[in-house]
Amino acid sequence: MNFETVLFYLFAAVTVFAALRVITARNPLHAVLFLVLAFVSSAGIWMLLEAEFLAITLVLVYVGAVMVLFLFVVMMLDINIEQMREGFLRWLPVGLLLAGLILVQMVWVLGDEATSVGMTPVKHAADYSNTKELGRLIYTDYVYPFEIAAVLLLVAMVSAIALTLRKRRDSKRQDIGKQLKVRREDRVRIVSIPSAHSAGVVQDTSNNGHTAD
Amino acid sequence: MEAQALELAQSLLAFVGLWDPLKGFIEPAWHTIWTLLKIVAIIVPVMLGVAYYTLAERKVLGFMQVRPGPNRVGYWGLMQPIADGLKLLCKEVIVPTNSNRYLFLSAPVLALAPALAAWAVIPFDDGLVLADVNAGLLYLLAMTSLGVYGVIIAGWSSNSKYAFLGALRSAAQIVSYELAMGFALVCVLLAAQSMNFGDIVRGQSSEYGLFGWFFIPLFPMFVVYFIAGVAETNRSPFDLAEDESVIVAGFHTEYSGMGFAIFFLAEYANMILITALTVVMFMGGWLNPFHGWPLIGGLTDAIPGLFWMLAKMFVFMYVYLWLRATFPRYRYDQLMRLGWKVFIPLTLVWVVVVAAWMQTPWWLW
Repeated sequence: MNFETVLFYLFAAVTVFAALRVITARNPLHAVLFLVLAFVSSAGIWMLLEAEFLAITLVLVYVGAVMVLFLFVVMMLDINIEQMREGFLRWLPVGLLLAGLILVQMVWVLGDEATSVGMTPVKHAADYSNTKELGRLIYTDYVYPFEIAAVLLLVAMVSAIALTLRKRRDSKRQDIGKQLKVRREDRVRIVSIPSAHSAGVVQDTSNNGHTAD
Repeated sequence: MEAQALELAQSLLAFVGLWDPLKGFIEPAWHTIWTLLKIVAIIVPVMLGVAYYTLAERKVLGFMQVRPGPNRVGYWGLMQPIADGLKLLCKEVIVPTNSNRYLFLSAPVLALAPALAAWAVIPFDDGLVLADVNAGLLYLLAMTSLGVYGVIIAGWSSNSKYAFLGALRSAAQIVSYELAMGFALVCVLLAAQSMNFGDIVRGQSSEYGLFGWFFIPLFPMFVVYFIAGVAETNRSPFDLAEDESVIVAGFHTEYSGMGFAIFFLAEYANMILITALTVVMFMGGWLNPFHGWPLIGGLTDAIPGLFWMLAKMFVFMYVYLWLRATFPRYRYDQLMRLGWKVFIPLTLVWVVVVAAWMQTPWWLW
């Protein structure tokens, strides 16, 4: 057993443990943090497969952005833990069914000759660039699926914005353009008032909080 | 280099008579030991830099506000960072009641670790880099995006409303500015046609000295990157995560002693990292700004690259302090507007402009 195999089993064990804790953790915030751990250790496994672009992108996109927003939402929600745990046994058969389905699909795909598990992966040369290879495939062989996926994401983004963007008449809002256009002349007027010269003026007492001592 | 270092270690240990008993351990593990030594050679200067950056900050702010700054501990206050560090070390670490103890104690670690790990791919001179990886730029983006966890977890686990508000502000801010930062980096890797930092710097070398650097064709990206970097490190004028007049000290309100000190270290290590990145990606890294110029070019070419790298970094580190002394704090909606409505559209357009520009004969870099 060489060093890479040891690393693989280590990452795999951490991933499985973290995934289990995601569904068993009592505190939803802990569950999210375990999901982060699962992502990081699967990125480690991908790194072992010389897919450094995918591994780093997984950390960058999922851990660095998506899970931060997840945490953000979970921290702000008022979650009743007891209520969440109530349905665990009731929904367990459905969960097991789904898990079985996913397992069957994965065996089906990975058991295929073309994408076979049995094939021993070939080690690449030192100058092999996973990024370059991926880019070449995406923009040549798989350009249509890639573009369609991009358009789908764009549509989802536009519709999400369209759904939440509604102008409420009764809420006060700032018009930044107007705020920036404000000039000093609009707000401040400097007037020069001649000082009183008459002898009867008493000394100004409005400043008595700061009398000299 | 590695083999020579082993020989040196062998002769040193043989001199004190320890080589023979240690030989069986050192020789097989030499690669690991050598890497660890290189890590120490990066981390120690970074930490010293952080310590004296805090002093420099107080001194520069002092000069800008016409007062002397710290000047009691050592000459010109030079021992002040050491005194501050010792003071924080001796202070009690207080864990608030009803806080989440494990998360509370691990948050400073989560803040500091990515800030230090990111230094692995920074080239200080031609070939002087710990890990010369091809996906260096991506790795760096991933590491800087992990720093936000320290902040969020600190804010949540403290069980304090001020810390929590600071954490939420910081998370939203970092995620927003990361997008602009990422697009600015896309422009750099388009121009350099590589994600390796060494290649990015080498792509900027020319016979025209500083006119070959990327800050000229990518000038808007250079400005956006540095400002987004200031926002990403939660520094003034974007330090809403620790807005002391509103939320006490933000996410680290409840931290005392070393916990607080480690957040401080992480923040300053991140600041120095942002300056190093700005220099590497836009200001030619270790390259001589006068290379190829008549007379002065020949005279300055003998200066080692490390000098130029550090000199350029010092300029940007000074700009950080200058910004802090000059600008009032942003309002939160202004901060979000700048990130989403100014920087992201600008960077998106510039990616297309650079990609199109590179196809024309007018691309000179």
